[in-house]
Amino acid sequence: MYEHDVLVVGGGGAGLRAAIAAHEEGADVAIVSKIHPVRSHTGAAEGGINAALQEDDSWEDHAYDTMKGSDYLADAPAVETFAQTSPEEVIQLEHWGMPFSRNEDGTVMQRPFGGLSYPRTTYAGAETGHHLLHTLYEQVVKRGIDVYQEWFVTRLAVTDEEDPEDRSAHGFVAIDVKSGEVAGFKARNGVILATGGAGQAYDHTTNAVSLTGDGISMAYRAGVPIEDMEMIQFHPTTLPSTGVLITEGVRGEGGRLFNSEGERFMFEYGYATNDGELASRDVVSRAELTEVNEGRGINDEYVYLDMRHLGEERIMDRLENIVHLAEDFEGVNALEEPMPVKPGQHYMMGGIETNEHGQTCIDGLYAAGETACVSLHGANRLGGNALPDLFVFGANAGRHAAGVDLGDPMIPVGPDDDAERADVDWPVEPGAVEPVVEEPAADGGVTDPAAVVETAVEAEKARIDELLSREDGVEHMEIRKKVQQAMTEWVNVFREEEGIKKALKEIREAREMYSDVYVTDKSRTFNTDLQHTLETESVLDVAESIAMGALARTEFRGAHWRKEHQERKDDEWIKHTMLSWNDGEPEMWYRPVLLEGEDTEWEPKERSY
Amino acid sequence: MSTETPETEDSDVPDPQTRRLKEKETRKAAKEEAAADVIEGETVELKVFRYDPEIADKQEPRFDTFHVPKFEGMTVLDALMDARDRYDPTLTFRHSCRQAVCGSDALFVNGRQRLACKTQTVDLDEPIQIEPLPHRPVVKDLVVDMEHFYDQMRSVEPFFDPDELPGPDQQQLQTPENREQVKMSTRCIWCGACMSSCNIAAGDNQYLGPAALNKAYRFYFDEREGENRQEERLKIVEEEHGVWRCQTQFSCTEVCPKDIPLTEHIQALKREAVKNNLKFW
Repeated sequence: MYEHDVLVVGGGGAGLRAAIAAHEEGADVAIVSKIHPVRSHTGAAEGGINAALQEDDSWEDHAYDTMKGSDYLADAPAVETFAQTSPEEVIQLEHWGMPFSRNEDGTVMQRPFGGLSYPRTTYAGAETGHHLLHTLYEQVVKRGIDVYQEWFVTRLAVTDEEDPEDRSAHGFVAIDVKSGEVAGFKARNGVILATGGAGQAYDHTTNAVSLTGDGISMAYRAGVPIEDMEMIQFHPTTLPSTGVLITEGVRGEGGRLFNSEGERFMFEYGYATNDGELASRDVVSRAELTEVNEGRGINDEYVYLDMRHLGEERIMDRLENIVHLAEDFEGVNALEEPMPVKPGQHYMMGGIETNEHGQTCIDGLYAAGETACVSLHGANRLGGNALPDLFVFGANAGRHAAGVDLGDPMIPVGPDDDAERADVDWPVEPGAVEPVVEEPAADGGVTDPAAVVETAVEAEKARIDELLSREDGVEHMEIRKKVQQAMTEWVNVFREEEGIKKALKEIREAREMYSDVYVTDKSRTFNTDLQHTLETESVLDVAESIAMGALARTEFRGAHWRKEHQERKDDEWIKHTMLSWNDGEPEMWYRPVLLEGEDTEWEPKERSY
Repeated sequence: MSTETPETEDSDVPDPQTRRLKEKETRKAAKEEAAADVIEGETVELKVFRYDPEIADKQEPRFDTFHVPKFEGMTVLDALMDARDRYDPTLTFRHSCRQAVCGSDALFVNGRQRLACKTQTVDLDEPIQIEPLPHRPVVKDLVVDMEHFYDQMRSVEPFFDPDELPGPDQQQLQTPENREQVKMSTRCIWCGACMSSCNIAAGDNQYLGPAALNKAYRFYFDEREGENRQEERLKIVEEEHGVWRCQTQFSCTEVCPKDIPLTEHIQALKREAVKNNLKFW
């Protein structure tokens, strides 16, 4: 058994930042990641990092834009913490040597981004994420923080009290991908989940193949509520053939969108008369698909994003990476031709419920980054807000796990007995297919931390042995594809009741197939077949919870568009959808949105762009 | 607007940018030929290296042949994933982002180190032969052990370490020119292609190699690190198995998927080392 004070699961931006923060507080910390940290998907972020750095900008304005962008589904205390702390985090990053783009006077450069009232997006070319990830990893190397790379965490070791709020996390079980060894990891102080997004629930996504929502699934099954899962961000500019992201920076620098008639439709068809291409991502995504659906798309699939007029010099200075991506993955010379683009799954605004210190309702269990939902992004994340989210809440989680007193959090976590229960007519029974014997917790009443981990290891070994001993069945890929196609078909940018119900039925069938899943590869050495099979179970949990949230939320808010409900229903829906896994049975309830923070109070207004 | 380089009589070896544009032209022509989205009935033939120390059938290394349906814009990674998902789930390789930034799918494709995700199959002669990166121990199929590469990276102290820092709300100014100087060096994605292509590294396991030296360049030339640190960095790259081992064969520069002028960076460090030594005379 491996043992550390703080264990961080995931080596992307949030995980690395959390590890550095815990280490700075003197904790013995280790990062456990299923890939090498520099392979993490934070590296694919392109656009930039929002922070109110300039004298004529302010954290209040950043908070305002974030709250408005969220369509008033963000929690005010999270937005405040975020907007107040982002500037110091960006400066910190700058002190760690992040190669930001520079102004003539040597200061870091900032640019306009969608939904922002001030050009506050700090960036490094169109490869900000790459530089950020490497800069953070360099600091991890500098500090000599332990990294268990290519160790796949598959199960949390949590005690199994009746009420999830009485449970505590003591570590987890992981597989050494290289050797197949299944081992326990014990955390003396805390476990931080920083496993990123879950784009693999869709078949057209900007996300890496590794983003399967493992953290969300593990926390959910351990009893932590997951929040606002229906809120999926679709990025309006992804390459049609692969889903590769074309940064919002292109529009930030002045790129224009055209339909097949050569019309600048954002203005000409009135989708966003003021802000045009720089409206929020949900607005632009819907505009593009409406154009395509009304016959003004190109090849009935996409629209054009044109940046030629910016001039080669400016493009090569600020967006060079985009020229390479368009060329390598779509065969288009973006200096001479417009780029084909369409919306693609991009970001999970929902996730594991946490407070502003990164804590979940289980003692010693934290989450940060895209896998978490402190409810900062609400119903629509602003471009450039994901990266500072990683630092602010990653650092808080790291500090708190290392024992720092961060004061009383304002955001409540955990199942609430008095909460309003959801009354939704599910088309199929969601959740576990077979009666679950002992899923959420380690065992029957063991509380000694080492024993909790040990029991979890035994359970996991048994599960993996069983999977590998099966001689026939369904391959994970068939199951995963079925889910991805259903989600893309029915729980995409546009959603309607009938379709969402179809998706839930498909997911149910996929779950039933999963009980017969079969791993072809019997080797313990670098068994990616086994790994993908285990990940597919996470994909099932994530997809089902997204579809459940989408069916429950009978309104139109931010990224969540519903055909039958074409208005934002503030009287009814300024609340989060919450899902709890209760002995294999998902339960849904609602938690009111906190529109009042320590310094700010928000009155929902109509969003106009 | 034209992106063509003006014709000159005295053009040297093409720089990466020119090479890239040229490759693009060829690819474009090939793509135009392939008219339909999926070319009816046509397949791509892959010959893939297979090995698993644990499975009796695969203990003896061999090549397996796969025929996967062709489609326009297909990359080597697409072909590999399709071969795996369609025919053999045990086929093992690393991959993640699919967009040339995670660096996990550097492979030896038709005799050259390439990132599978950004290599178009139409650019290659068939059968496309896919092997693990040379000069690395093979773990299984196309997966190699990267530990040595990571060790070399760590040995150059790959982190920004200025002598002094401004206050917590102050930025450390950097001129746009200095950023430009280090810009290409910061693009390294740790894929290991350069190291695997280097003859010297193949023969000398202690040679720091192009990726690590490039990392050293990145910090050495960053004007914000102080003189003391610079000197320490120079000491590291000047060690017996450092810059002087480089024989300027350009193979690293040739294969770098990010077009980093690695050989040039190593020469720049050599020049600094010479200048520094001269000071003491």
